[in-house]
Amino acid sequence: MDVIRVENVKTVFGKKVVHDGLFLSVKEREIYGLLGPSGCGKTTLMREMVMLEPIHSGSIYVLGENVAKISEKKAQKLRESWGVLFQFGALFSSLNIAENIARPLVEYTTLSKKTIEEVVAFKLQLVGLKPSDAYLYPSQISGGMKKKAGLARALAMDPKLLFLDEPTSGLDPISAREFDRLILQLRELLGLTIVMVSHDIRSIKDTMDRFAIIDNKKIAYEGDYAGIANAKSDFIDTFFKEENEQ
Amino acid sequence: MERSGGFRIEAQEKGCRIALFGDFDFLALQKFEKRSNALGLDERTVIDCKNVDRLDTIAALFLVELQHKHSLTLANTEKIERTLELARKYPIKELPSKDEGGFIAKIGKEASKKFCFVVAFLNFIGELFVKKVSVFFKPKYFRYKEILFEINQSAIKALGIVALTSFLVGVVIAYQSAVQLKLYGANIFIVDMLGISILRELAPMITAIVIAGRSGSAYTAEIGAMKITEELDAMRTMGFDPFYYLVIPRIVALVVTLPILIFVADISGVLGGMLISNTQLNISFGLFIDRFNEVIALKHFLIGIFKGPFFAFLIATIAIYRGFMVKDDTQSIGKNTTKSVVESIFAVIVCDALFSVIFTNLGV
Repeated sequence: MDVIRVENVKTVFGKKVVHDGLFLSVKEREIYGLLGPSGCGKTTLMREMVMLEPIHSGSIYVLGENVAKISEKKAQKLRESWGVLFQFGALFSSLNIAENIARPLVEYTTLSKKTIEEVVAFKLQLVGLKPSDAYLYPSQISGGMKKKAGLARALAMDPKLLFLDEPTSGLDPISAREFDRLILQLRELLGLTIVMVSHDIRSIKDTMDRFAIIDNKKIAYEGDYAGIANAKSDFIDTFFKEENEQ
Repeated sequence: MERSGGFRIEAQEKGCRIALFGDFDFLALQKFEKRSNALGLDERTVIDCKNVDRLDTIAALFLVELQHKHSLTLANTEKIERTLELARKYPIKELPSKDEGGFIAKIGKEASKKFCFVVAFLNFIGELFVKKVSVFFKPKYFRYKEILFEINQSAIKALGIVALTSFLVGVVIAYQSAVQLKLYGANIFIVDMLGISILRELAPMITAIVIAGRSGSAYTAEIGAMKITEELDAMRTMGFDPFYYLVIPRIVALVVTLPILIFVADISGVLGGMLISNTQLNISFGLFIDRFNEVIALKHFLIGIFKGPFFAFLIATIAIYRGFMVKDDTQSIGKNTTKSVVESIFAVIVCDALFSVIFTNLGV
């Protein structure tokens, strides 16, 4: 079963056509990448998947629901079953880190305070933060920490589907590799399906099962890393060939 | 398709046996957590996870904690064991307790915060003064274009609302006094009353309040947002002093235009009063203006206009200072905008009270 299926999606901003007929599908338990040059609409496509951006035409099915024509009730259920990490964390600035992570659990479950606190302490350590950081506010922490805290919040409910927008950008190389290991481990243990936008060639190589390259409004390539040699596109040539020569 | 998770309690002679099954996630755990408190769990209890398809980390954490507390037995498959392993991996199970300090510490913190605020404000005023003086010697730092832009933004576009507010206040004052004056047959004195009160006090005050709410808040929000997006830092690194580009143009714009706005408020306020005098007290427009000429000295008008630049300086300075005080989070824009409006209106009223005392003592 496809977790996400994008069919003939067209996106238009004013007069500018961003996507012109995209097709792709994400399978269960897959780590799927959205790649492409800056401004090609990777993040826009991801925003369309999570219902933040309207779709001009075509359809996107997420967990079997067409997000363009979904009832509010079903949409709410869908929102509870995924986690989204934004590029800069998008933490709630009025809440500290612990409250940010606990928020979905407090809102959607009846678990006791103690259990929620345990979960928060666990998730903090899982993403590489210290429990002593729990009471810091987003304005008091660095960009990398914001990202880790954002991931902890996205993982708070152990969602089956995770959207990550440039998860390793702005992280130091050690944290970035730890991050790659973490998502591989989570995928294995929790059966996660992960869709991510990334420019990090190491993370593309190490973690992604398959990816789609969006270039010039179309999907230039969809498949795994091994098959990239046969694909033709300016972006693919410069982005992958140089890496392979090294 | 995964089964939704749940649990079954199978009592046995020695302790109880709890079988978990399906997709045992936080939803299933919610019910289990409530029940588990009522069950007498002990070291003979067995929790059987063999039929669990998927265990999420929230449930895993809970089970590990139960095992730790009651030293009960968990019967697992290898896959579940690995999730439990992950849950056991981190030694710290609780968040550290919050250290907020005692009552005295809180008072101390609050006091030092207030003190720092006063020092920072004095600092700002000092810098503003120095930069203002230097601008007169270096006219190229005088940004005419920005000043004109701000005049349009914060004053010309405010003409309508200032005129309307003042007109309505004129109407209200005239209406209320008309009833009283009629009782004494002192109809014509409404001209004296309206003239002095509007020209001298009401028009400057209303204009200042409207501008504080409209343009002052905009200044705070604009500069605050620029601070969050690091635009101010970018300006500084490029050598554009925000004082010359943002602060002085805004202050000059308000100082120049507030007297003009007050003049407009004078006209529309008196107009409102005149209209009501005509309808309620049968004072014709001609009579009203004749009487106005006779009894209202020029000084009242001049005092009203004279207050303008002072009010403008207070509003613009406080608003901009509040903008600079915005910290690196979105909430502080709202907080500082509110404070900016409240503080500048308060400062305007204090300033007006001071003027009242001074002018009365001077006999004007």
